[in-house]
Amino acid sequence: MGVKQRTKSLKAKKSQLSNTFYQLKVLKKGVESGNGKGFAPFDQKLDEHNLQSLRPDGIEIFQLNIGKLCNQTCSHCHVDAGPDKGDEMMTREDLETCLEIIEKHKIPTVDITGGAPEMHSEFRWFVRECYKLGAEVMARCNLTIIVANKKYHDIPQFYRDHKVKVVSSLPHFSEKRTDSQRGDGVFEDSIKALQLLNEVGYGKEDSGLTLDLVYNPTGAYLPGSQATLEREFKRKLKRKFDVDFNNLYAITNQPISRFLEYLIHTEQYESYMEKLINSFNPATVEGLMCKYTLSVSWDGCIYDCDFNQMLDLKVDAPGQHISEFDPKTLSERKIITGQHCYACTAGAGSSCGGEISE
Amino acid sequence: MKKQYFNPDDLKKFGDITQHQKELGEKFFEYYGSVFKDGALTMREKSLIALAVAHTIQCPYCIDAFTTGSLENGSDEEEIMEAVHVAAAIRGGASLVFSVQMMDHAKKMSM
Repeated sequence: MGVKQRTKSLKAKKSQLSNTFYQLKVLKKGVESGNGKGFAPFDQKLDEHNLQSLRPDGIEIFQLNIGKLCNQTCSHCHVDAGPDKGDEMMTREDLETCLEIIEKHKIPTVDITGGAPEMHSEFRWFVRECYKLGAEVMARCNLTIIVANKKYHDIPQFYRDHKVKVVSSLPHFSEKRTDSQRGDGVFEDSIKALQLLNEVGYGKEDSGLTLDLVYNPTGAYLPGSQATLEREFKRKLKRKFDVDFNNLYAITNQPISRFLEYLIHTEQYESYMEKLINSFNPATVEGLMCKYTLSVSWDGCIYDCDFNQMLDLKVDAPGQHISEFDPKTLSERKIITGQHCYACTAGAGSSCGGEISE
Repeated sequence: MKKQYFNPDDLKKFGDITQHQKELGEKFFEYYGSVFKDGALTMREKSLIALAVAHTIQCPYCIDAFTTGSLENGSDEEEIMEAVHVAAAIRGGASLVFSVQMMDHAKKMSM
């Protein structure tokens, strides 16, 4: 069917929010139309619960955003990815540096994301090299890319041959709710792609090929119980489309980038922040992904997490670029926090692997 | 401020009902919390039941709360509307079933 773009990137729209300083200002001071009462700073909330400032526990996951080019322009995208982002792609040189880091420091998991990472011209070479190093490779595949163009049709076989763990966004089992967030035609193409992944063994018992789905709310509300959602997704997708998958990760939408634009536009920014803050769960803090993940941007800079990356909040360490990678100083750093961190600590918590605390 | 019986912000103050009768209020919330946990029925199913009941008792707070609750638990508009039709069918049926009494009476009164 093909995908119709849901929106334009903030950059293409020349939105004030394409400037990360402006986003940080909104997060810190609120929206101009708001009631001006402000929200408790995240670090203050940690203090109230006698929790220490966040420090890393190690580097288990090396999350690489290899480029912002994407065949979709989803309305909630925190990366502000899209078809107009072809000039924001990681160079071969930086990808080689990443491989050196993975090998030298024996990082167990490489999490490749984008945009649609498959659109990067060096993607397949990079996955092969990671596979040779024995690292577990995760690819955040938007599904529709598999059916978008003939040159991507063999992606399921490629993933199978390199034991890639596939993590794919599917915000709902309903066409209407999925397309309202990701663009008309996305649901239909996503189902086709899931069926193709199933055909080569993904999501099937005993195949050893993992296919996980990512659920995120299609509006200004928090995700419900991950187990309940997973059960319902499995039931509906199997019954209607004969689709199987392994796990469902429920992720909270971050009040940044395009989702922040949506919140401001619909006058729900303050109520959403209130919801996040009132749902603060101290039990999630120990399991936050920033404690065991490092995030690298398309231009090789290092961040505590994918969200800090999108707000351009680089690590608080002397080496902020992969060319200066130093695990010792990185392990001693303090993790940079902000109001957006409330999204990861709300309710059962949220990370790239879904819920943190039941 | 415009005077009104229903203020959406009051929903956020639901917890204040523990004032003046702390023990009973707390017992109510403890019970309420237990009812909406996953049990023989899932939270998702319970949210849809609550939403249907909310329409029957026409409680605007409950409609807001359980529309959000149903969305949070993964229901879509199609399911939510179907739940409301269940409420409407029961309400409508409850009226219509009395027509048996009406018809009996009409029959008795007629030649």
